[in-house]
Order: sequence, then C-alpha cells, then structure tokens
Amino acid sequence: MIEVSDITKFYGDFPAVTGISFSVEKGEILGFLGPNGAGKSTTMKILTGFMPPTSGTASIAGFDIVEESLNARKHIGYLPETVPLYLDMTVSDYLAFMGNIRGMNGKEIAQRRSDVIEICHLEEYSSTIIGKLSKGYRQRVGISQAILHEPDVLILDEPTIGIDPIQVVETRQLIKDLGDNHTLILSSHILPEVSLICDRVIIIHEGQIVAVDEPENLGTNLSGVERVELEVKGPNREILAVLESVDGVQEIERDTVTGGAFHRYQITVDLGKDIRSDLAKVVIQNNWELLKLQSLGMTLEEIFLRLTIEEQQLNPEPEHAQ
Amino acid sequence: MNNLIAITAKETKAYFAMPSAYVVGAMFLVLTGVFFVFDISSPFAEAGVRGLVDWASFFTIFLAPLLTMRLLAEEQKLGTLELLLTSPVREWEVVLGKYIASLAMLLAIQFVTLYYVLMIYVFGDPDSGPVLSSYLGLILHGAAALAIGILGSSLSANQIVAAVVGTAVLLFFTFIDRVSSLVEGAPGGFLNAISMDGRLSDFTRGVIDTSHVIYFLSLIAIFVFLTIRSLETRRWR
Ligand SMILES: Nc1ncnc2c1ncn2[C@@H]1O[C@H](COP(=O)(O)OP(=O)(O)OP(=O)(O)O)[C@@H](O)[C@H]1O
Ligand SMILES: [Mg+2]
Repeated sequence: MIEVSDITKFYGDFPAVTGISFSVEKGEILGFLGPNGAGKSTTMKILTGFMPPTSGTASIAGFDIVEESLNARKHIGYLPETVPLYLDMTVSDYLAFMGNIRGMNGKEIAQRRSDVIEICHLEEYSSTIIGKLSKGYRQRVGISQAILHEPDVLILDEPTIGIDPIQVVETRQLIKDLGDNHTLILSSHILPEVSLICDRVIIIHEGQIVAVDEPENLGTNLSGVERVELEVKGPNREILAVLESVDGVQEIERDTVTGGAFHRYQITVDLGKDIRSDLAKVVIQNNWELLKLQSLGMTLEEIFLRLTIEEQQLNPEPEHAQ
Repeated sequence: MNNLIAITAKETKAYFAMPSAYVVGAMFLVLTGVFFVFDISSPFAEAGVRGLVDWASFFTIFLAPLLTMRLLAEEQKLGTLELLLTSPVREWEVVLGKYIASLAMLLAIQFVTLYYVLMIYVFGDPDSGPVLSSYLGLILHGAAALAIGILGSSLSANQIVAAVVGTAVLLFFTFIDRVSSLVEGAPGGFLNAISMDGRLSDFTRGVIDTSHVIYFLSLIAIFVFLTIRSLETRRWR
C-alpha cells in the first residue's frame, strides 16, 4: 500500500532524512518512533505530497507521490503535527469543507460528518467556532477530518498529543480500530503507545532508520543490553572491583539508599549474555552474602534511549557520514 | 470544478463574516465619498462620475491588498496550506477560488458607491454612457489590483508584508509613467505601455478602448498565473 524507496530530503544543505526505505502492507499499522528532529514529520510531509523528496521515490496505493501526486493524495487522510485548522469556522462547516475538497458529495458528507463527530466525541462542539476549542478538542477535529473521507491510507503525526489521559486510552483504541480497514502510519515519542497500537515500529534517528521490528522483539533483539539487579552483603569497594572484572558487564550503578554492608547494584550487561550465574559464582567465591539476583527487562524507553545514544557514539557526526 | 466551487464558497463566506473586511470597505467608501463630495462642490464641477472614478481607483490601490493579504498568507501562517495542498486539490483551484471570492467582496463594496452615482443623478443630469463605461473600467482596474494583491499574499506568511508588497507593486503600475517620460527609447515606451495611468480616464469619457480592456485582463491573467506558480514552487523550497 505504501512503498518508500531510498528517500532523502535536504533542507538547504541540511539532510533531514537520508536514504529511508520501507513498505507498509494493506491494513498494517506502522509506528514511527524517534526523538525530536529525527525526521518523522519530514518523512510524512513527503509521503503526503506536501513536498517532494530531494531524491528517492515513494508510492501510495500504487501512485507515485511526485508523478501522480493528485491520485496519490486522493487515498490519503493526513493529520499534520501542528493540527492546522481554520479557526474562524465551526467544526461542522470545517468538516463539510474538507469533505468537499476531497470530492465527497453532500449526502456522503452529511452521513460521514455525523459519524466522525460521534467517533471523535465532538457532538457538543459541532457548531462551535474552532478557535474557541481547547487543544485536545482541536486535536480531535484534526483526527476527524483525516478519517472523514475513509481514505485507504492514514498518516497521523503525533495524533495523541494534547489529549487527556482518559481520552488518550480511547483515542489509541480508535486508532487501533482504524487500523482494521486502513493502512496507517503514526509517529510518536511514546514507546508504550507505539508498542500498544502498532504492528511494526520503525525507529528513526537523525534522518536514518536505526531499527525496524515488531514491538515485542525490540526489547530482546535490538536493545543490545540487558540489566541485572544484584543485592549483596559485603564490602562495597571490593565487590565493585570483582563485579567489574566479570566478562560481559558494561556498567554498574550502586543504589544510594542502601547503607551499611548491604548493597544493591544495577548492572548493565551485554546483549544475549546471561551472566547471572557468573555473578553468583564470584559473590559466593568471595564469601559475601547473595541476597538477590534478578534480571531486569529494559523498558522500551531505555531501549529507545540506548539505541539512539549508541548510534550517536558510533557516528558522532552522521551528517558527514555519507 | 467542485473544488473550485468549494473554495470560492468558503472564502466568500469568510469575507462576509469578517469584521475587518467591513472596516476596510467602510474606510474606502468614506474616503472616496469625502473626496468626491469635495470635488463636486467646487464651482467648476461637472455632472459626471469622473471625480468619483479618480478617487475610487486611487483608494483601490490600498483597498485591494488589504482585502487579499489574508488569502494565502494566513494559510501559510496557520499551516492549513499543508492540509489544503495534501488534499486532492490543484494549486490553480486554490488560487482562483480565493481570487473569485475577493472579487465578490470588491464588487459588493463597489456596488455601494452607486449611492454616490445616484446623488449625481439627483443633483445633475449626467450622460449614462460614460457612467456605465466608468464602472466597467473601475471593475477591471479593481480586479487587476486584486490579482496583484493575491500574489503578494502568496509570497509571505505575514499579512502586513503581503499587503505592503501588493501596494508597492500597484503603486509601481500606477505611477510608472511619471518615470517613463525620463527614460529614452524603447524601455521608456515599454514602461509607458505597462502603466495604468490614463487608461481609466478613457473609460470615464465613455470610450471603451479594447486595448485598455486587454491590458487589464492581461494583468489579471499574469498575476493570477504568477500566484499559482508561486504556490507550486513552495513545494520545492
Ligand atoms: N522547513 C525546514 N527548514 C529547515 N530545516 C527543517 C525544516 N523542517 C524541519 N527541519 C529540520 O529537519 C530535521 C527533522 O525535522 P522533523 O520535523 O522531520 O523532525 P521530527 O522527527 O518530526 O521531530 P519532532 O519529534 O520534534 O516532531 C530537524 O533537524 C529540523 O530542524
Ligand atoms: Mg515532528
């Protein structure tokens, strides 16, 4: 449904996106994940035909986004991250206008408009001037216009930002439901959100794809690190020295709240190595008391941070890498 | 075609719901009226629309950019242009729709000046031919001024900048003939040819010179076209 091949975008001589390729199947929900300035919005603006890529090609529903832009755009519903709205129009006039310019006729608009107003819980505000709505409600108006014409492809740039925690649960469910009969790309900074909604996640950092996987696999396959929590009774300095010498240990942090001879350590270890038995062994060999030894799964945030930070360390100036 | 109608309808509705459009329109009508009454109360006044057309066309130089400045600048500022241009809409539909809406607003304002014409008929006995041709001239001139104004609006997200650019270009076309007399040969002739000056006075005499009609229609076509191009090249910036 969406094919992206080797897309690069320069703003002046700054490469916002470099060599991005991916494809999205019909009915799939794809998440774009990345820190600020990663290039998520830029990629979406290219896919929606707002601006052409500097190089590379992409197609939506079989239509090239540059050569057959108009046809490609007919299949897209788009929520830009700034949620642009005509502030002096009422919600229902706005939706009617958006329907009109997407080629819907009066009957279709009347039908779908009341549907999306219901779906996005805007019933009370349908005749309110958009400029008077709060941010969260504007966000909902933005979503409602994106789904109004039942497009094949939905592109939502940070759709849940500004929506309150209760509604956000519902909005996520809504997006998940939309994924049943739409092909959907959404961007987010929030990993749990993406892992909840998406079938597949692309992590973008500094304009490049650093990881692609199903959310469940990100934790094990991509993190490159795991953590172990260890509680020991013994002399801190010696324990630290011994632990550091164990093969596979990357970093040790001591929990500062512990006192006396009792210590709790958080140990970051290499990917795929279970060094718990090695750790237990050295503790016992030194006749310290082993109170606790537990593997801590990494949270998605930690994976995300580590992934992007490691990338940075490998590639301090990726702009000049190519 | 449906897109064009949708955009024209939305923009026209926006104009007529906008207090600032009424304020600007009222200012235009008051200024034009005051100067026109001042003219007509002089001892040598003629019973005709000449003075009215002179002042109305002069104040149109400021009215038109004020009416059009919002059209594309605001879309850029609000970011709604992103939604508009990612919908299956062509640039020319956006520009033309907005242009037609501004023309509707201008015509509504010009319609009110007919009140002054009514006064001329009440207090004098003007020839109706020149009155009609004068209004054709005023409408053509106003339409050209709006086309120049909308180009200004496409060039900046700032409405003030858009209005200033539009007014400057209009002043250029209005007063360029003053400079053209100083320029020798072909360039001087060219500047004279593109000048607006003197064209309306033919209309007020009751003469409809096709070259003047073609001149104004060309200005409209050229500036609407440039606006469409300006919008298209935005994508590539
Ligand atoms: N119009 C522009 N002109 C110049 N540089 C730009 C422009 N838009 C974006 N950039 C730059 O391109 C890079 C990618 O921006 P982009 O908006 O795509 O990031 P993002 O992943 O959406 O970030 P965020 O999470 O903050 O929304 C950033 O470094 C940004 O500064
Ligand atoms: Mg963004």
